[in-house]
Formats: sequence, C-alpha cells, structure tokens
Amino acid sequence: MDLEYYRLSWWQRILYKCKKTLAGIGRGFCNFWVKLGKGIAAFFIGIVLGVKNFFVDWWRGNLITKVSYFVMGVGHMFRGQVVKGVVYLGVEVAFIAYLIFFGGKYLYMFFQNFFTGGNVGLVETSVSGVWDDNLGEYVKIAGDNSFHIVLYGILSMFMILFFAMIYFRSVKESVALEQGKIIGRKADNFRQETGRLFDSKFHITLLSLPMVGLFLFTIVPLVTMILIAFTNYDASHEVPEHLFQWVGFENFGSILNGGSALGQTFWRVLGWTLVWAFFATFTSYFFGMLLAMLINKKGIRLKKLYRTLFVATIAVPQFVSLMIMSKMLDTGGGIMGSGGGIITQWIENIFGYHLQFGLDITTTRICIILVNMWIGVPYSMLMCSGILMNIPADLYESARIDGASKVRTFMKITLPYMMFVTGPYLITQFIGNINNFNVIFLLSGGGPGDLQLYTDGAKGTDLLITWLYKLSLGIDRNYKLASVIGILVFVISAVFSLIVYNRSSAVKGEDNFQ
Amino acid sequence: MSKEKTIDINGVATSAQPLTDWAEIDRLEKEAVKVPKRKKHRSMRINRIIGNSVGQTVLTVLGIIWIIPLIYLVIQSFRGEPGAWSPTFFPQEWTLDNYKRLFNETQFFRWYGNTLLVSVISCTIVTVFALSVSYAFSRIKFKARKPMMNVMLILGMFPGFMSMSAVYFLLKILLPDNYQSLLSLIIVYSAGAALNYYIAKGFFDTVPKSLDEAARIDGASRARIFWKIILPLSKPIIIYTILISFIAPWCDYIFVSFIMSGVPDTGMYTVSLGMYKWLEREMIQQYFTTFCAAAVIVATPITLLFMWLQKYYIQGVTGGAVKG
Repeated sequence: MDLEYYRLSWWQRILYKCKKTLAGIGRGFCNFWVKLGKGIAAFFIGIVLGVKNFFVDWWRGNLITKVSYFVMGVGHMFRGQVVKGVVYLGVEVAFIAYLIFFGGKYLYMFFQNFFTGGNVGLVETSVSGVWDDNLGEYVKIAGDNSFHIVLYGILSMFMILFFAMIYFRSVKESVALEQGKIIGRKADNFRQETGRLFDSKFHITLLSLPMVGLFLFTIVPLVTMILIAFTNYDASHEVPEHLFQWVGFENFGSILNGGSALGQTFWRVLGWTLVWAFFATFTSYFFGMLLAMLINKKGIRLKKLYRTLFVATIAVPQFVSLMIMSKMLDTGGGIMGSGGGIITQWIENIFGYHLQFGLDITTTRICIILVNMWIGVPYSMLMCSGILMNIPADLYESARIDGASKVRTFMKITLPYMMFVTGPYLITQFIGNINNFNVIFLLSGGGPGDLQLYTDGAKGTDLLITWLYKLSLGIDRNYKLASVIGILVFVISAVFSLIVYNRSSAVKGEDNFQ
Repeated sequence: MSKEKTIDINGVATSAQPLTDWAEIDRLEKEAVKVPKRKKHRSMRINRIIGNSVGQTVLTVLGIIWIIPLIYLVIQSFRGEPGAWSPTFFPQEWTLDNYKRLFNETQFFRWYGNTLLVSVISCTIVTVFALSVSYAFSRIKFKARKPMMNVMLILGMFPGFMSMSAVYFLLKILLPDNYQSLLSLIIVYSAGAALNYYIAKGFFDTVPKSLDEAARIDGASRARIFWKIILPLSKPIIIYTILISFIAPWCDYIFVSFIMSGVPDTGMYTVSLGMYKWLEREMIQQYFTTFCAAAVIVATPITLLFMWLQKYYIQGVTGGAVKG
C-alpha cells in the first residue's frame, strides 16, 4: 500500500478498499477459470497422448502383448508374474459378468430416456394387479424401480470407469514387461510387488479402504441425489409403486422463479439463511475475541475458572444444551401468565413481557441468534486466545508510547491482525453456519410457520439445510426439491470458498512479490 | 504544607518553591500548551485496579449467565414435581426418582450402550482412516494426489445429508435384513472419514521432512517411517481425531433419525434420538425431568473428557483454522 492512501479521507479509503477487494475477487475468479481451463486442457492432452501410445504399443508389440489387449493378464502370466496375471484376468471376467447379468440392463434403462425426458425404467408396477388363477386373487406385478435404476446406472458407470483405468494399466504393464524382456531386465516377483505396497506405493495401501468407503457411501449417493434433482421423484412418484421421469431443469426453474409461491418461499429461506449465517458468525467472533482479550488481560484473577465456565457450554453435547435452552425459552400458552420455560417466566416477572419464542418469527430469530452466541462465543474465545498471544508485544508497546488509546490499539492492531490470520476461518465458519442444522432444528425446529409466506413445509426460521431435511423426511417425501436445494447450497458454499481460495492465493502472491 | 506540589505540567511535579521569575513561568506555560495535556492524571495503579475490577465483574456476570442453563439442567434432574415447567428455579421437592426411573421404566441404558458401542467402533475406524489418508496426502507425492484432494474438497462442500436418502437405499440393498441397525450407523459414520483429512494433514505438514529423509537413507520403508517416526510424534493430532470422532455419535441427531426413521423397536435408538422423542409435545409433560436426568448422565462423561483433552482440541482447531 502506498503513501497516497493516507492522504485520502475516510470515505475515500473505504471506497479504495472496496475497489481493491472487488478487483481481487474478480482477478481471483478469472484465475480460477484460467486454471480450470488449463487443467482440462492438460487432461485432454494426457488422454490423447495415452491413446497414441496405446496404438503405437499395439503396433510394436508381439503376439503375447497383442493378446493381452483383449485378455488381460496374459502378458503377465507368460512373463513370470502369474499371480498378478490371474488377478487381472479375474477382474476382467468379473467385470464382463457384471455388465451382462446386472449393470448392462440398468445402464440401458438409465440412458433410455435420459436425453429426451420421460420414464426412468420400462414397466410400472401394475396398480390394480393381475388376476392369478392359481392363487385365485389379484397379484401385483413388481415393475422397475426408478431409483434403483439411477443408483445402479451410476454405479455401473463408475465401474466402467474403474475398469478402464485397470485395463489401461494392465496393457501398459504388459508392454513394459515385453520391453523389459527385450533389454534383459528380470520381472519383479510377487513378493517384491507386495513389498512395494509398503514402501514406494504405500499410498495405495493407505488410501484404498478409505476411498472405497468414500466412493460407496459418499460419491455414489451424492451423484445419485444430484441426478434426482433432474427428475420428478416425490411422494406421487414414489418407488417402487411408480416410475419417475427425467424432467431436465424444470425443478430449478420452478424454485428460482420468484413469481411462484415456491420460488418466493425459496428466496425468503435463502435470505434468512444468509442473514443468520452473517449474524451468527460475526456476533460469535467479535464477542469471542473481546472475551478472550478480557480473560487474557493482565491482572484478571481466576482465569482458569472463567475459561472452564465458558468452555463447559461447548463441552456439553449440543443436542442436550440446545434442547434444554429451547425448553427454557418455551412460550407456554403464548399469553401472559400461561407458564412456559424458566427464562420466559423470568422475563415476564421482571419486564412484564411474555416471550413469543416459537410464535413470532422475528422474536424467534433474535432468540436463536442470542442462543447461538451462548454456544459460539466460547468457541471463538478458545480460537482467539491462542492467536491473540501471538501478536508481537512490541506492536502494543510502541502504540502505547505513541499515546494511542485502548480503542485505537484494538482497531488498528488487534483487529487487522486477527482478521488477517483468521480470515479463512471466518469464511469457513460462515459456510458452517449456512449448514448449521443443529442450532435451528433443536432450538425452534424451524418454526413458527406462516402459511401466507411459506409453502412446501418451510417455516419462518428454517435454513435451506433444515428445509432440505424436512423435505426428504417429511410426509411429502419431496426428494427432487431436496436435491435441488442441496445443489444450491453447494453453489453458495462453493462461491464463498472461492473467495477464501482467492484471498489466500492473493496473500501468497503478495509474499512472493515482496 | 509548603512542600506541596503546586504546578503540575506534563505530569512533572515541581517543588512548591514560589517561582518569582515570571519569564520562567511564561515559558513553562507555553510549553504546556504545545504538548497535549493528559486528560486525567490518576496514578496508573488506581486505573488498573478500576479496570481490573470492572473486568472481573463483567466476567463474573457473563460466567454466571453462561453456566446457568447447565446448572438449571442439573437441578431439574432432581425435581420431584411432575410436568414440563416449574415456576421456580429450584424445585420444591428434591428427589432421585428421575434417575431411578431411567433404570426401571425406560430403555435409556440400552440406548447408552448402543451409542457407546457405535462411538467406540466408528472412532477406531475413523481415526485409522483419517490418519492414513492425511499421511498419504502429506508425505507421498503420487500422481493422483492433487486431483483427489480437489475432488474431496468439492465433495465436502455438499451438505452432508443431502445424499442421505440414497445412502438409505444403498444400505437397504447391502444389508437387506437389518439396514436399520447400529451397523448401518457405524458404516455411515466411518465411510466419510477420509473427507476430514485436512486438519491432520496440516499437522503432518509441520513435522519436518528431514526426519523422513534421514530414515529413508537408513533404509526404512515408508510404512516403517509412518509407524515408527511420524505416529509417535503425532500424539496431539491423534488425540484430537479420537476425541472428535468419539464425541460425534453422541451428538448426532440427523443421521440417526434418518436411518432409524419408522423403526418400531425403540431399543435400537441411540441416546440423542431417544431423548429427542421425550421432548416431543405428547411426551414432554411426563418425561421432562427424566430427560434432564438422562442428559446429566450423557453429558457428564463427555464434558469431563472434553475438559481433560481441551488442550489437544484447541491445537487441532487453531492449527486447521490458521492454515485455512
């Protein structure tokens, strides 16, 4: 920053900073796309090179290598790596069997109407049933299960991908074995191969199991649910009784359209989600920082006791502390003298006002943010204490000698330092609060509702994430909407994460420059 | 009294000898204008005492506010009168019936056992998975490393239980007989472990690489380095991972409620789900004080564990946060 900056008046400074931040975000955004483009280009160049080598090797290879292009593992078996060859062969046989007996059918049904829109699956479960002479009654004949088709379709596509990877690897190894033979290098035996799994290829050992878990229970379900956003899967198209259809971007259109009741609900919920995330993050952060400074102040006694008192709230499992809080705030009958939680009664006795927690949307929202401070402040206090200690003491010393007041020291030294160090944390926290299911669901359950403003099960204090939960577990079973909301939450989180990414890359850039 | 301090400019006390030289006084006065006066001149000590006592009072008040709900919880668990609301903070009648009731009338201790089982097993798996993934990402420079880390970063941005309904179907297919069971819960908690690699990776990144290199020169394999060198140095992060993954099943409500939705046998529940049901509108009048008793039993060990291992928790969190 140059000296010109200090000539500006305060509003010019703010303008200057805004401009700089926006420019930074813009630049980072461009950088991101450029990097993405480069990555994709590199990916395709890699594929082209790989394909070229694939054919060159075929051309140069001898008969065994050529056979191993079709029957995996032959090359290994003939060149001393019998166990590996058998494994490769087994993989190929298993894969082909999988496609013929299982995957192929689902893949066909998956892609049948994928691009044109229409049913997922061929036969719908008969509604009235078919007369069965032997049993003497109507029997329902099970049709296709659309959800299974999507799920298995995706699973099969991943299987094909994995198989392709294994296939190319086996071909490459087979070629390498032939080349090794020509130059007279002995092939590794089985023990050497497995030994390598604990040394130079240790990552394969370390990663394989966690990745299988991640693949089966995170990636496949996630991709499935992303695709569900492009179908009309809900209670009236519930599997296995009915088929659902591919509908393209229809769901996105209806939820983003501000004119419809659903669209208005969505924008309201989104608005509150962002407001909530902002207040929840910053109130906790600032008060946590102030608290940390107060406790760390020289001359304060019983530091340990205070710290323990505050940490107790985060140590207690959240569902216990939040639910007891929600019951303490309970409004009882909703009018004066109708009982309610202990805090409601205290407020009534002292101020003569009956708390409308769970009845009035604004009151509930304020209460939720306050209760969130109860949980969030100690957390950021813990966070900040360590960092506050790291601020060089000579900064404060020189500020004191120059006669700076306490407030000024805070504004000019503590705050900028903290923001610099914990900036990424703040945005992570912001994203965490967008997805903060516990606080909302356990405190207010999303209520109170307002049928004029909200449709599809959303209520006044629902976040996108609690709405998603209600949609997929509620009576409607509105999976399509839940998936759309999930994708939109992802988009929001991704945008904020990009800002973090830009910020940190900008910081790195600065360091390099100096 | 003549030795009193009379003129006090810039905080420099001069002796109370009468100054006859008016030129001197003018000069002093001029200087006094030039240099900004201190607003209040009170001795630093008093200032500090006032500041500290204000701080002490504020902290005490805040501390009381912060701890009251928890004290309320404990006290209510000894309340004798039935019903959800009590007009007073302290009960009129103290009793241990609520705790006895947990033993005699409810399935609470079955839930407790379930949760303990789930959390011990899933904590073991999660710790092993998370540590091995983060070690691999931190130390071994293989080709797919960067792409894998990016993909996992992106996966982590999707709301975790968006995929829950698909997981539910998947479990139904894989475990057709008992998909609504504790085994499913363990699978769900453990499978995502790899996604939380970055905190431990951040820690491993700070362990000097020269240690690895020295060991490699001596002929140690990577597996041996991991076991014999890195893990013994990583006590804080191991404890952090264990702590977090052990506590998670105790606090989780979403996944349990999803997996156990519509289960007729309430004995399969974990504590959070079972206790949540007690506070539903139909049950709360009858079960509120029981809930408090159960909450005390659940929260005490967890709280103590957390307090005991607080240091490691803070290390983990701040390490991850500052790294961004």
